[in-house]
Amino acid sequence: MPQTAVAESDTGLTLKELARKHGLSAAGKLPSLPGYSRQLWAYRHFIASYANAKVSSSLGKTRLGVFWQVLTPLINAAVYYLIFGIILNTKSGVDNFVAYLCTGVFIFGFTQSTVSAGIQAVSGNLGLIRALHFPRASLPLAITMVEIRNTIASLAVLIVIVLGFGEPITVEWLLIVPVFLLQAMFNAGLALAGARLGSKLPDVRNLIPFLMRMWLYFSAVLYPVTRFTDHLSGWKLQVVEANPMLLFIDLMRHALMEDVPLAADPMVMWLEALAWTLVVSIGGYVYFWRGEKGYGRG
Amino acid sequence: MTESDRLVPTVIVDDAHVIYRIQQSASPGSGSPLASFKRLVTGTKPATMREVHAIKGVSFVAHKGEAVGLIGTNGSGKSTLLRAIAGLLPIERGAIYAAGQPSLLGVSAALMNDLPGERNVVLGCLAMGMSPAEVKAKTKDIIDFSGINERGDFSSLPMRTYSSGMGARLRFAIAAAKQHDVLLIDEALATGDAKFRRRSEQRVRELRAQAGTVFLVSHSEQSIRDTCERAIWLESGLIRADGPTDDVLKEYEAYVKR
Repeated sequence: MPQTAVAESDTGLTLKELARKHGLSAAGKLPSLPGYSRQLWAYRHFIASYANAKVSSSLGKTRLGVFWQVLTPLINAAVYYLIFGIILNTKSGVDNFVAYLCTGVFIFGFTQSTVSAGIQAVSGNLGLIRALHFPRASLPLAITMVEIRNTIASLAVLIVIVLGFGEPITVEWLLIVPVFLLQAMFNAGLALAGARLGSKLPDVRNLIPFLMRMWLYFSAVLYPVTRFTDHLSGWKLQVVEANPMLLFIDLMRHALMEDVPLAADPMVMWLEALAWTLVVSIGGYVYFWRGEKGYGRG
Repeated sequence: MTESDRLVPTVIVDDAHVIYRIQQSASPGSGSPLASFKRLVTGTKPATMREVHAIKGVSFVAHKGEAVGLIGTNGSGKSTLLRAIAGLLPIERGAIYAAGQPSLLGVSAALMNDLPGERNVVLGCLAMGMSPAEVKAKTKDIIDFSGINERGDFSSLPMRTYSSGMGARLRFAIAAAKQHDVLLIDEALATGDAKFRRRSEQRVRELRAQAGTVFLVSHSEQSIRDTCERAIWLESGLIRADGPTDDVLKEYEAYVKR
């Protein structure tokens, strides 16, 4: 009596053949990469509204609400201004050190916060993942969108700071847009890769602060890039100069400021930044997609 | 069963196994830094990793228009099986085939607790793949169906202020708003008051009439009897019985009372 399943396949088909005959698809089969991308595109509204929801739920409980998006970078800049601008009065051979420093801090902060949030994009949303079907890449991408929104607010603050410290508005300011877009794509790739890594190896989360700090020091955020170019040579210098964060930060400084020391020729840096962006964004996406069906595990 | 030419399979489970791998917090002794370093060097599996074989080879076929109730004692693997059918839990061996994308509708479905009910409706619908226009058209219906506004304007309050029954009703309403090929319901009908239960049973019947297949996991024999004509009894990851609800329930009751 219990064997209804077998009794019904009296046509002699195995279950596998029966499934094929009626065109059923196997659960947990990885979609093709173009198919996955199409799915993801169909979920763009979900990604956008999830990102909005994330921002409003994180700021919703505070009194000042969305105002924190502007306040956070302002306070950040104020701290650096207090230490480097007033107390230490650092110049380090850069004419406008405060503007130089703030650009570095804000641009690096964009990647830093995307990475640390991206690591938890999957592991922190297991409830959602186990309850609903949607392309999982929506989560790290939504987190990147949140950080993009925050960074746009920071960039507005940054522009005020840079102007306040006497930089003129030039045609080169138009370059802010492509630098920002490249970095956003680069970050999306990092968030995707980080999300898969963080879901497989929760231990990574404990390493991230150290990795990010090391990256900070390698990216000439707190001191001028001439520290590297003056003291290093040969392959060491090449390795340091190939650092994508150094490239993004220097390109942004180049766009915003006059007379700023750069690590290399801007044209070379543009090409390198473009190459990094392509490699990291495509690589991160493919890496994340390959793990798509394993994300509910745990 | 209906005429055999209308028997279109929608879900086929072919000898499926599900194994949970659990990373435990270390037990005293094995958790010292020295011990974990030794494991790293010698490459042995961490002692904190445990395996739980939750589904041990289950096979059945479910058809279009069928409502299948899953019964069994606590920990027998009912919810795990539903998650595996939904494709939310990877299976270890065997295969599960389904028509379209089965959707799991559980009371544990997590939405964003800090956001108002309304925005959760929008978010949930978008996550199920609806277009923004569709969402707009359906939002009011969903909120009306859930009945959370019966005692004032709760839909604009954050979900963390809801009672557990209200939250569960809203989640059910969201998931039931979409036309599913295969709908998996995990204890959802057991929540809410009698009035809502009647409404949700009505909705499940409608969903079934629209030619989907429904799986229902519940501890309430009454709701299984009311909604399902077929029942599968799972016990420690194996099928003990599969057949008409009344027969299976009778066997199950005898087993539980023993």
